[in-house]
Amino acid sequence: MIARLGPPLAVLLLAGPVLCGLVGTVLPAFGYLPALGGTRFTLAPMRDLLAEPGLIRSALTSLAVALVTAAAVLMVVVLFVAGWSGTRIFGRILHLVSPLLSVPHAAAAFGLAFLIAPSGMIARLLSPWLTGWQRPPDLLIVNDPLALSMTAGLIVKEIPFLLLITLAALPQVKLAETRALAASLGYGRIAGFLFGVWPRLYRQIRLAVFAVIAFSSSVVDVAQILGPTLPPPLAVRIVGWANDPDLARHFLAAAGALLQLGVTALALIVWLFFEGLAGVVTRRLGQSGRRWRGDAVLRRSGLAAMVATAAAVGAGLALLSIWSVAGLWQFPETLPHSFTASAWIRTIPQIARPLGITLACGLLSTLLAIAVTLLCLTRELQTGRPAGRWALTLLYLPLIVPEAAFLFGLQIFFLAARAEPGLPNLVLAHFVFVMPYVFLALSGPWRAFDRRHEAIAAGLGKSRRTILFSIRLPMLLGPILTAAAVGFAVSVGQYLATVMIGAGRLPTITTEAVALAAGGNRRVIGVYALLQMLLPAVGFAVAIIVPALLFRRRRAMRAG
Amino acid sequence: MLNPASGIPAEPFVRRLILLLAVLFLAGPAHAAGPDPANWSEVLTSARGETVYFDAWGGSQNVNAYIEWAGSELFKRYGVKIVEVKLADTTDAVARIVAEKAAGKDKGGSVDLIWINGENFASMKRRRLLFSPGWAEKLPNWKYVDFETKPTIRTDFTIPVDGLESPWGMAKLVFFYDQARTDPATLPKSAKDLLAWAREHPGRFSYPQPPDFMGSTFLKQVLCELAPDPSVLQKPVNEITFGEVAAPLFAYLDALKPYLWRHGEAYPKNYLAMKQLMADGELDIIFAFNPAEASGAIEQGQLPATVRSFTFPGGTLANTHFVAIPYNAAAKAGALVLADFLLSPEAQARKQDPKVWGDPTVLAMSKLDAKDRARFDAIDLGVATLKPSELGPALPEPHPSWMERIEREWKKRYGVGN
Repeated sequence: MIARLGPPLAVLLLAGPVLCGLVGTVLPAFGYLPALGGTRFTLAPMRDLLAEPGLIRSALTSLAVALVTAAAVLMVVVLFVAGWSGTRIFGRILHLVSPLLSVPHAAAAFGLAFLIAPSGMIARLLSPWLTGWQRPPDLLIVNDPLALSMTAGLIVKEIPFLLLITLAALPQVKLAETRALAASLGYGRIAGFLFGVWPRLYRQIRLAVFAVIAFSSSVVDVAQILGPTLPPPLAVRIVGWANDPDLARHFLAAAGALLQLGVTALALIVWLFFEGLAGVVTRRLGQSGRRWRGDAVLRRSGLAAMVATAAAVGAGLALLSIWSVAGLWQFPETLPHSFTASAWIRTIPQIARPLGITLACGLLSTLLAIAVTLLCLTRELQTGRPAGRWALTLLYLPLIVPEAAFLFGLQIFFLAARAEPGLPNLVLAHFVFVMPYVFLALSGPWRAFDRRHEAIAAGLGKSRRTILFSIRLPMLLGPILTAAAVGFAVSVGQYLATVMIGAGRLPTITTEAVALAAGGNRRVIGVYALLQMLLPAVGFAVAIIVPALLFRRRRAMRAG
Repeated sequence: MLNPASGIPAEPFVRRLILLLAVLFLAGPAHAAGPDPANWSEVLTSARGETVYFDAWGGSQNVNAYIEWAGSELFKRYGVKIVEVKLADTTDAVARIVAEKAAGKDKGGSVDLIWINGENFASMKRRRLLFSPGWAEKLPNWKYVDFETKPTIRTDFTIPVDGLESPWGMAKLVFFYDQARTDPATLPKSAKDLLAWAREHPGRFSYPQPPDFMGSTFLKQVLCELAPDPSVLQKPVNEITFGEVAAPLFAYLDALKPYLWRHGEAYPKNYLAMKQLMADGELDIIFAFNPAEASGAIEQGQLPATVRSFTFPGGTLANTHFVAIPYNAAAKAGALVLADFLLSPEAQARKQDPKVWGDPTVLAMSKLDAKDRARFDAIDLGVATLKPSELGPALPEPHPSWMERIEREWKKRYGVGN
């Protein structure tokens, strides 16, 4: 049975690189790295780290951003799904929001920055007729010390992610039936959902929420664009230290990475505490017997928040696309003085190679991830044993370990193994990040699959293989394609992994975009943001359209 | 499912890594012999068919397009393929070479040519990460280089170049303003003046957040103007006297901070961001290292046509930027051919055109023949570019250790909020 190979393969491909990278990080964090002259274990790097000015503040910023982002994202998604799933508006909003998942973080952040900056579109629309501003006001909005812009940028980007994961899990929880039951008992829409559906649904999307927390606490690109700079969040500083040509700083970077690990872990622990609290509160509310019928305001605010998310990212991207063809465009003009295609003309000739590498790496790492995930899940089915806690910890390691840190260790490892920087290394490195998301997106629906379908097939004398290929896999086609699209988007969005493991020799659309973003030229950023969006958007279009076409005659197979 | 027992135990990994690193440590540095530029025809022969990975800061589309052009010319003429590796920060590539050396990869490195100067050059030279012995002065086109009147070509931030990097272009700190908003008569003539100007125009001046290159350059400009004895800046930092030498600089920055854009609670990312902020009307005085920056930006619709340049009569910082070959480069011959092509009058003249890039040449007009000189004479420097004679005196760059030290001090004082 080939499925037997799944779990060891997953452990090897996933934990291998992360462990190598971690060893390359943890040892130097305690001063041990013979190649750099560190031959004894010492606490000196830790002392250096603590002596860094503003360290506590950087760490607290990361912590707060992670928790606020996760709480806000979860609240919006819950209110929206609870208040509107099954309605026609729900479907429409979904078509609006899901493409946003494919928008690269950097592009969304730039769009948002241009929307809310003092010289941004909102100020331009209101000036000078309302505000009297002939020139942009000197207000600190972007890069604010409280990281509000950064949190907003993360929230609008993570909402589509969590919403899509939630939707993939939704068909498994008998939404309509529970809803009808709750309604017949007189519960309001949101209360009925919270008491009846939410506990089961949350269990399925919980790891995705953890991923949001871990990601937000260690994000680099969004933090660089929207986040505070005096001092920046922890992850940004670690990358700075890791890139320092002064090798001694690598010990400091390693120590910082360990701290980042602690910050992310602390964020998760705090979250677990509030999770428990929320569970108790929900039960109390449920036991009170109140029906909470007057939830119109809550429902509307859920919808409003979701629409605002889509509008903010959408408007930001629309603005970036205008910038990509803008000539001179001064405050407070709402449209450019002139238009020019020069940014596109200069960019297009340079794009073939990065595009090819992006596609090749994205498709290969996603295919590999889907294959390994399916093997693991099939094996789980055969043995009847669900994944142990340790296995899960291993699996989600790449989502929790700050990537900058273990990637540096991995880079040293590849070099030491004399592995030339090339596509295989890059695919492997991308796989490490793609696989958890694919597994995350797929394992919930897979495990929640109603096994009575299989029982019936078995009762009709079908073999295990036939059941797998003609019952389970086709019925799970939607979640599989969604998982693949998520994986592909993750690969396309990888920046640090591509730069470090590809040794800069394998440029992708994203690395080119970030390199050019350093120049702050909104026209060029606009061009690359559009290109960067296009690729994952195609993936999600496939994930939505193919099942819709295949299952157009099967009502029970349609989600939402 | 994932069975922990079948997982890879951490222990052998640790041991294997330690073993690997130990082996690498013992291997030590080794300098591979490379092509000899004195025998140029041999260099050309072995360069044919090579692929040169040129690591350059990729934040400017003008520069990228120029490198693209150089690459296609080189392929046509010498059969050398150029791949530009666009860096967000030059230290990324330096760090990569450092990592390669740490891993014992002394041949077939990932960088063949790197765009570099100052701090990064000093660090690579000190670590012996550069292709040696000196090769730059043996290139065929070196004969046109103006090293006599441009001392920064042989001394990069006080560090002797020793032919370990080949000059590419000249840089001079130049300020820009928009005459539609700012009366030229009110423009500051020194760093001190600039402080007074900022007081009268609060929120309209800023500098990129150090350690951005231009931000640190601004700090160094102020340091050079205000230091009691600027000659000490040419030597490495002396920790005992540092406080005394740098005191005027930090007193200046303390006084300036409340009048900065955003009250100094945020800083622009780099000089390109300042250019955007000027176009947005947020900043009134900005600066860059390329005298033709504004003309190029006007040409491309990034700045209004009313922007003009000025410098300080007492002088502003000037330096040279270079290309260097790492000691472990895989395509050294190809890199030599590219470095030489970048020095050719044809390539240098094209680079100086503000429509292309606007970067000043390192060549001496007096050493060129009439045809090549005509190429330079034909260039329209643009409405906003000062003539070379109007650029004012050039201040020498301080020793790289000063930059490092004031960056650290800046971060401590202003880099962590309050």
